[in-house]
Amino acid sequence: MKKLAFLAAVLAVTAFAPSGYNIGDKATDFKLKNIDNKMVSLADYKDAKGFIVVFTCNHCPFAKAYEDRIIALDTKYKAKGYPVIAINPNDPIAVPEDNLATMQQRAKAKNYAFPYLVDETQNIAKTYGATRTPHVFVLQKSGIDYIVKYEGAIDDNSDDASAVKEKYVENAVDALLAGKPVTTTTTKAIGCGIKWKS
Amino acid sequence: MSLIRRASFILLFTPLVLLQNHVNVVTFSQLETQAALKQNDTLYVVNFWATWCDPCVKELPNFQQAYKKYKTHKVKMIFVSLNSQKELEKVEQFATDKALVPEVLLLNGGNPNNWIDKVDSSWSGAIPATAMYRHGKKVYFHEGELTQDNLNKTIETKNK
Repeated sequence: MKKLAFLAAVLAVTAFAPSGYNIGDKATDFKLKNIDNKMVSLADYKDAKGFIVVFTCNHCPFAKAYEDRIIALDTKYKAKGYPVIAINPNDPIAVPEDNLATMQQRAKAKNYAFPYLVDETQNIAKTYGATRTPHVFVLQKSGIDYIVKYEGAIDDNSDDASAVKEKYVENAVDALLAGKPVTTTTTKAIGCGIKWKS
Repeated sequence: MSLIRRASFILLFTPLVLLQNHVNVVTFSQLETQAALKQNDTLYVVNFWATWCDPCVKELPNFQQAYKKYKTHKVKMIFVSLNSQKELEKVEQFATDKALVPEVLLLNGGNPNNWIDKVDSSWSGAIPATAMYRHGKKVYFHEGELTQDNLNKTIETKNK
């Protein structure tokens, strides 16, 4: 009986444990299909110091509002060792606009110079704890590990890029590049909930 | 004659004018004053949505049905649009077309990072999301959609 109660307690804890990464956690690498049908992993980037992993998609107005800012992040930080890796976690059956063909069109139209990957099983979004688009995880490479250093929004104003006061992702990456601790490690933003498979 | 004409003109068009939903733009603290801080036994059901959010738009009729069912039982719905303030007209048109009642607000809360946790620390910021308040206290929060059944049951449980 005691054993059963213990088991129930363990199960309850497992069921209610917060999913996703906390700051300082080791993030998993992945092997996901890019829009050119080639597989991409973090391990492919031998010279990277870290990554700006962005869960994003085609259809979401917030993702659209941030598209140019995501491109700018890659342009600015790829050369410094922090490339953007965009991942679309949405179920294309739930949102046809988020299918591979439309991803290819978007990437071509906007000249994405970074991978735009399909998280077909949605396991990476779930493991990372992504909940909405866009949702960013800044990872720092440490030996063979990828440590989560920042999680949340790109900046504090989705509506108007010119009115942004705090560039959260840039501040985080700048701090990491300078060997300083990240000041704001977690932020929240309104976004489109990830469309999970039913 | 012209008086009658004018009168009939007014009579004809007044209802249309009245039916146009006016959407107030509020700050986060104004929203708190209107729902979270109300010290009475009305259950305030606050639904966060946006016209661009398909799952939100899909679940709105559930809230309208629930309002019809429970409005005489001290239940008030507040539909809080998270559309950009630039889209106020669009929200008003939507609220009119869908006959969203009794109240639609557009939240101009500034940096969401400053107020999302105040609604609920478990909220990631994804919508739809629904909070309920009674006697100045939060009695319920849910991120994601609510079925009619689930919403009705929650209202009945929390409105006691």
